[in-house]
Amino acid sequence: MSRKQKKLLLRIICSAVLFLLGLILPGWFGAGAMILSWIICGWSVAWKAIRNLLHGQLFDENFLMTLATVGAFALQQFSEGAAVMLFYQVGELFQAIAVDRSRRSISQLMDLRPDSAVVLRDGEELEVEPDEVQVGELILVSPGERICVDGVIRSGNADLDTSRITGESMPVSVGPGDAVLSGCVNLSGNLTIEATSEYGQSTVARILDLVENAQEKKAPTEQFITRFARWYTPAVVIAAVLLCTLPPLLLHQSFSLWLKRALTFLVVSCPCALVISVPLSFFGGMAAASKANILIKGGVALEELADPGIVVFDKTGTLTTGTFRVAEVRAYGCTENELLLLAAAAEQYSPHPVAKAILAASPHAPVGTLIEDRPGFGVTALVNGKTVLAGNLRFLSECGVEVREWADSAGTIVYVASDGTFCGCIRVEDSLKEHVDEAIQALYDRGVKDTVLLSGDRKQSVEAVAKALGIRNVYSGLLPQDKVSKLEELLKNNRVMFVGDGVNDAPVLTLATVGIAMGGIGSDAAVEAADVVLLSDEPRRIATAIDIARSTLRIARENIIIALGVKAIVLILGALGIAGMWLAVFADVGVAVIAILNAMRTLRLHEKHGF
Amino acid sequence: MKKTFKLRDLDCANCAAKMETAISKLPDVQSVSVNFMQQKMTLEAPDAVFDQVLQSAVKCISKVEPDCEVILK
Repeated sequence: MSRKQKKLLLRIICSAVLFLLGLILPGWFGAGAMILSWIICGWSVAWKAIRNLLHGQLFDENFLMTLATVGAFALQQFSEGAAVMLFYQVGELFQAIAVDRSRRSISQLMDLRPDSAVVLRDGEELEVEPDEVQVGELILVSPGERICVDGVIRSGNADLDTSRITGESMPVSVGPGDAVLSGCVNLSGNLTIEATSEYGQSTVARILDLVENAQEKKAPTEQFITRFARWYTPAVVIAAVLLCTLPPLLLHQSFSLWLKRALTFLVVSCPCALVISVPLSFFGGMAAASKANILIKGGVALEELADPGIVVFDKTGTLTTGTFRVAEVRAYGCTENELLLLAAAAEQYSPHPVAKAILAASPHAPVGTLIEDRPGFGVTALVNGKTVLAGNLRFLSECGVEVREWADSAGTIVYVASDGTFCGCIRVEDSLKEHVDEAIQALYDRGVKDTVLLSGDRKQSVEAVAKALGIRNVYSGLLPQDKVSKLEELLKNNRVMFVGDGVNDAPVLTLATVGIAMGGIGSDAAVEAADVVLLSDEPRRIATAIDIARSTLRIARENIIIALGVKAIVLILGALGIAGMWLAVFADVGVAVIAILNAMRTLRLHEKHGF
Repeated sequence: MKKTFKLRDLDCANCAAKMETAISKLPDVQSVSVNFMQQKMTLEAPDAVFDQVLQSAVKCISKVEPDCEVILK
């Protein structure tokens, strides 16, 4: 409890004692004790009310609460007046404690921030703030500490817990020369690390920034509730005014009876329970997701995640591991090794994973210079004075090479030609990630309408993957711009969730209703463009993300229904004279507390969904 | 320019919503979000007038919730 809260607690206790005394003491002594009880716990509310009234805030809840209790005194309902104020303050205290606590548990869930760094300056060890570390400086990280900036190990060996950054649960062994990401925890051994980025640009700061600034765009449910709150209070207050004026005037009933009912309305008029419950639930849900290594960028993304519509996958790196190996070689007019060397010489400048596989299979280091790299087609290079082409069928055919097609197999085929003569082809295969079939089935189980696979790869290999996994629609041979137009086409009639590995998916990720980047924290463009980032590479987490989003949304909606429902019932009962001020106080602060406790359930969602 | 400030003693969620509405109506404010859960305000305004906008935003906040303090770094 903070000091402010402790003070309030003390006031509540004194006030409660006087209240009990007021119940025992007869006549005006009792009334005096009640008024004193009201003053002790309510003076701050009244004072705030006056101040806010001077600032022109007519519908301020402090003012309304003061008005209601003073009104009760005027009607000589001393115990009611004192009790309303007392319980209002108890509720406020409880609410403050509950919000504090959930706020603390949320920040614990997202606790990635290193507190300090030990940096070597002029041979001395200095403890500094993480953002004071300069690029190129050496930092020391002892076992149990968190690495504060991205860097390269200069000396020392250790095991790192990278689970909060990459989602990989096994510790990773690192040694001199290895690049390390900030946010990882050193489990063993002392490390000296040269900083390669400032704290602000490092991985951990980027992740935190992503999660913490996620809330700026308000989700539809949240917008609804703030808009609702804006007219709720005035509406209830106006209803209260009508309630105490119309029946006495029109039906000639007792004014004090209806005034009492109107005061009940004022007590219920505060929208706090509503306003707090939705963002608190969303925030908790996002924190729980981050514990499961799923970063959800805001309430909008969370709501969209809950209703994915159709799911579109990228193939390479998303459903497959993205690590290729050469599976088969067909050489024409040269040996297999010569073919591999030729292809490797051409492909060595290409960043494509297929190129890397060919390079790895090359018998020895190739020599060659790049002439042109056409993404989606292939490369042209100069090797030993000859112009070598390596790429897909379309590329070589366009260049006028007569090619013998290798049509009947899965995988990616790279065709190679030297000085316009076809010399052979290399089949490169990519393996599926573990549990992908389960991941896709899990999506169908969650009511996903349809699945689509988009790939730049050949028809045969894409169809083979789709068939193995149960994906219903396949579009193969797509260039990056084709993927965009295909997605636009799908978006015309559907809500589309796109799942990609983030390497060159940024345009599609942005375009989709909800874009999920997998394992993409290293790629800035993907993190910018995606709505959801899965820190681990596992496709299974898509279903987990949907589950967490749905549960969060359900809890938020429960809160809206509880808060609105209880308030509506108490308003009706109050108007009929059945519910008194006591119940009204419950409808105000009691419901707020219930909503907060319900919202705090979101903090455990990651455990419920398997973490 | 977009900057984030911590808010101390922001006690009620509805007040945060009220602050946000009031600040967003100020001249030159490009965007503002007052986050009750994180006790933070993110304010975006043109560089040239940022300090003035910030001052009027602080005034708005103390009008809604006199105890709430903006921590200016």
